Amino acid sequence: MWQIFHKLGSPKWFFGIADRWMPWLLWSGLLLLFSGLIWGLAFAPEDYLQGNSYRIIFIHVPSAFLAQSVYIMMAAAAVVTLVWRIKLADVFVKAVAPVGAVLTFLALFTGAVWGKPTWGTWWIWDARLTSMLILLFLYFGVMALAAAIADEKSSARAVAVLVLVGVVNIPIIKYSVEWWNTLHQPATFKLTEKPSMPLEMWVPLLLSVLGLYLLFGWFACLRMQTEILIRERRTRWVKERVQAEGS
Amino acid sequence: MGAERKAGLRSAGEPVSAGAAMKAVFLRDLKIAFRQRQDMLNPLLFFIMVVTLFPLGVSPEVSFLQQAGSGILWVAALLSVLLSLDHLFRHDFDDGTLEQLVLQPQPLFLLVLAKTSAHWVFTGLPLVLLAPLLGVMVHLDGNSIAVLCLTLLIGTPVLSFIGAIGAALTLGLRSAGVLLSLLIIPLYIPVLIFGTGTVAAAAEGAPVGGYLALMGAFLVLAATLAPFAAAAALRISLSNS
Repeated sequence: MWQIFHKLGSPKWFFGIADRWMPWLLWSGLLLLFSGLIWGLAFAPEDYLQGNSYRIIFIHVPSAFLAQSVYIMMAAAAVVTLVWRIKLADVFVKAVAPVGAVLTFLALFTGAVWGKPTWGTWWIWDARLTSMLILLFLYFGVMALAAAIADEKSSARAVAVLVLVGVVNIPIIKYSVEWWNTLHQPATFKLTEKPSMPLEMWVPLLLSVLGLYLLFGWFACLRMQTEILIRERRTRWVKERVQAEGS
Repeated sequence: MGAERKAGLRSAGEPVSAGAAMKAVFLRDLKIAFRQRQDMLNPLLFFIMVVTLFPLGVSPEVSFLQQAGSGILWVAALLSVLLSLDHLFRHDFDDGTLEQLVLQPQPLFLLVLAKTSAHWVFTGLPLVLLAPLLGVMVHLDGNSIAVLCLTLLIGTPVLSFIGAIGAALTLGLRSAGVLLSLLIIPLYIPVLIFGTGTVAAAAEGAPVGGYLALMGAFLVLAATLAPFAAAAALRISLSNS
């Protein structure tokens, strides 16, 4: 058990493992995502109410899903950073924070594009929209703090504390926003409820969610490898590797 | 400064209980705050000025102000607490007192709790006391003003406690002010929502007990958890410098 832990903590070991995983993650992710998207965008039945405009769900839902779970993954990594001081966990947090921010933005953007034809407006101060916006702010805060502290060790721990404080707040923010919203504006609009979706729409959606997860795994590995190379640039194995690849 | 430091920290001799240490830190911070009255006054002046901007910038109509007044006061209070947070640990950090606090045998989170409470007494509490005057200026009715003051009384300590985490994290960094706001504002949103929501409910004649209870729950949560996070952040920031 402890040996595995120590191995997991070693950037060099991870680098090798990531090299082996990445092609699998990339190609299976692309395959699932594209089959989900093509099925969803071209072959899934039209919605009786929204027509074709609902098809943005196949991009919107996966990115929104992942945007939230990336933050939870970051929080788990933050615990590891604080408790076991494993460097790799911090590498993960810093590598995926911008990815999470982009996914959150993508979810908000596709939501706005979807909102225009269905709700008649780009933006409303709805509970879900607002809490996603706050999630975006939390990602920005993590990125800003990570950029502000030069020292690697204290930056790792400070960012971990911030991520954990944020994760405690996420449910509070979510419920406060939901309550605030129902106070001021009665539920006029609701997203299409998921269970009420026919199977031909649900399966491609599931495929694209899974595909995006796998692609995220690939991208996270790639970004972590880059971060490791920068951090360990003075070590021997990195120098050897770069020389071998550069020639 | 030397005398002030001693007022807070006994040098040697018999062990000091955690409660006594908290009291000493609390009184010391208050004493320093009252000796530097201008620092205490600035966030208050900022509060008044921000509130003034809204009738001038948006609309002086009574109907608008009545509706938006509580929100304006809450946002202004939130911003002035945010501005005052920089003072929470900065001076102690600069003159080394903070390192002495970290080295004390008493748990650091208790000392942070005492420091943050003192900070609230000279920043949050004056805001609460000033709120009725500004409430009259934005044409809130008596009942709304009373509820508003109550929400501010419960809400501003929450702002101070959450803010302490941000202040501790950004201690000793360049451009800490903007960074602090970036980190903390998202966490302030629930407090703001419930603060203004309570006043809105009161204005509609709805019972506000439930809201106030929830804000009380925020306060308990913030007062018990935030000092731990802030203490951890302080240790990190001190090891960084």
